[in-house]
Amino acid sequence: MSEALEAIFHVNTLTSTLRLATPIALAAMAGTLSERVGVINLALEAKLLAGAFAGAYASYVTGSAWLGVGAAVLAGVLIGALLGLFTLRWRANHVVAGIGLNILALGLTTWLLQVIWGSRGTSPVVPDLPGWSIPGLQAVPLLGPLLSGHSPLVYVMLLAGPLLWVWLFKTPGGLRARMIGEHPEAADTVGIPVRRTQFLLLLAAGALAALGGAQLSLGHLSWFSQNMSAGRGYMALAANVFGRWNPLGSMLAALLFAFTDALQMRVQTLPSPPPTELVQMLPYLLTILVVAGAFRKARPPAALGRHYEPGRSGTE
Amino acid sequence: MTERTAGRRLPAAWAEVLGELALTAAAVALALLAGAALLALAGYDVRDAYYNLWDGAFGSVYSVADTLVNAMPLLFAGLAVAFAFRGGLFNIGAEGQLYAGALATAVTAAALAEWPSVPLIAAAMLAGALAGGLWGLVPGALKAKTGAHEVITTIMLNYVAILLTTHLVKQYFKAPGPVDQTALIPAHARLPELIAGTRLTWAVVIGVVLVAAVDWLLRRTSFGFDVVLVGSNPGAAVYAGVPVAARTVWTMAVSGAVAGLAGSTMVLGVLYRFIANFSPGYGFTAVAVALVARARPWGVLPAAVLFGALQAGGLTMQLFARIPADLMTAVQGLVILFVAAPGLLYAWRRLPVAAPRAGTAMTMTAETAAEGAAETAAGPDNETARREAGP
Repeated sequence: MSEALEAIFHVNTLTSTLRLATPIALAAMAGTLSERVGVINLALEAKLLAGAFAGAYASYVTGSAWLGVGAAVLAGVLIGALLGLFTLRWRANHVVAGIGLNILALGLTTWLLQVIWGSRGTSPVVPDLPGWSIPGLQAVPLLGPLLSGHSPLVYVMLLAGPLLWVWLFKTPGGLRARMIGEHPEAADTVGIPVRRTQFLLLLAAGALAALGGAQLSLGHLSWFSQNMSAGRGYMALAANVFGRWNPLGSMLAALLFAFTDALQMRVQTLPSPPPTELVQMLPYLLTILVVAGAFRKARPPAALGRHYEPGRSGTE
Repeated sequence: MTERTAGRRLPAAWAEVLGELALTAAAVALALLAGAALLALAGYDVRDAYYNLWDGAFGSVYSVADTLVNAMPLLFAGLAVAFAFRGGLFNIGAEGQLYAGALATAVTAAALAEWPSVPLIAAAMLAGALAGGLWGLVPGALKAKTGAHEVITTIMLNYVAILLTTHLVKQYFKAPGPVDQTALIPAHARLPELIAGTRLTWAVVIGVVLVAAVDWLLRRTSFGFDVVLVGSNPGAAVYAGVPVAARTVWTMAVSGAVAGLAGSTMVLGVLYRFIANFSPGYGFTAVAVALVARARPWGVLPAAVLFGALQAGGLTMQLFARIPADLMTAVQGLVILFVAAPGLLYAWRRLPVAAPRAGTAMTMTAETAAEGAAETAAGPDNETARREAGP
């Protein structure tokens, strides 16, 4: 028992929590941004996967992990644009369009993995992002070892939470965005460009989630593997619900999910580990419990999933 | 929407089906065209690739049989997803439900090996339906009790089902050898061949009967009427005194049972055992099948054949043109996108997008399901606000 407790509070468990939380948290905040303007974003999974693939491929070709991150962002923005085109312009059901994009991204990345590298499993090792150590921080007991030496994207995630919270709840821009998610007609009436704002935020969400993908292939590991996102996009959406459509809440929920994931990895290194599959179930079961518990109190944006046609006639 | 809602009923219904067929054909053509563009970009011979795709799907009697074999799990799982769609629910959990059904079937077939053939097969399939039904009931109950969105819970339960069945096989039912699989089921528990020399079994007949049964359930029973009412207009269902929560649970349970049978027929007709991780994502392709079928039970039949053809043809393409078959997964994703976006395919005619019709049109049921979260949290009073601001 003391072994188990030690595993839980070991500093390695906490540092890997941060590493594992980054993709989920970035995607969850992307989910918050898009759902706040009324678009259900199931395509987070596609953005993570495409970001991970584009990042690894660009890093492989150019030898620079930073160019990989740039390519990941481009891929995420592209998927964000597709989601925007299909849901906003062509009025596809949000959930269905998201599932379509996810299957497209899964098929395409698995196909390209074989076309480019001739393997259906993993890519070769590519240059990855360096670990950053923050000067001065390392000396601080407890926080030092916990917070230093991570991939830059971990710090991006830690900064994005508070920054997005300030933007969404403390600035006029954020207020306008939230208004679109609650009542697009009213937003339109007071002169907010509904369609353009929704589209821009979907692009931003794409970039954000794809950074999470880059963390998978360039930060946490240094290669791409088939279906690397493994449902993290859906977990991110659950984290967004649990975090009550709030960027900070999304981030904290993602940290909680990642903690169970880190824990299951840690538990498997114990001298007599419980059955692997049962332990691997933990994050998924926790997600279910959290979504079931969270919906009692949380309230999604009122116009979530709706199609709104700005302008006079209602059709284009 | 004017010319489509007005007028005589029967011809209008046929016109609607024909219009949808045309849209589906256009969507599939567009997706294959995009696939061709990808092939060309990657430097493959597009003609050779698509010749093999066609040859593997429909080129000979054996290809057609192969297409149908590939279509079988998609037929059952697609029917399951379509049924839930009609009830306004997104069952993305067919994958997990078919794993539950497959393991239950394999274990039952082994446990009752003394029984004669027909009752044995029936019992094994019943076990599969029950296990799948239970696995589907869970997200239904969670939705009814807590409002947890079934898209997230069913997807999470997929992962849980795959891990749990793997664990159970490893721990209790493993046949000797390196692979996590059960022992082969006895010969008399296997579904008999329908056409000698092919892998086509009686699963086809069972599938068609099941399609007819689900169609009957939806059209001719009060349970089906309630399901469709809840799916198309939850507000009206509450007003009419339909126990919406109970219907949600049962819709998911029935859907899960049908998906469980997809696993049963895989075990009894194709694999002859349970193999950990055996499904290449039938449950996800099933969503595409249900969409292309516009959630109509009889539509699931041709839709499953279409996607079965893509899979059978894709494998031939991989074998003879040396092009990885996963391209067909990408094509499936594109088909979903194109079919789901009425605005895209109507755009070339510059027509206003027709408002979806209750109960029949996919967009309608899908819409309500997507907003299930909003509904449970915000209450039915914003029902009108959530309706489309159409013309």
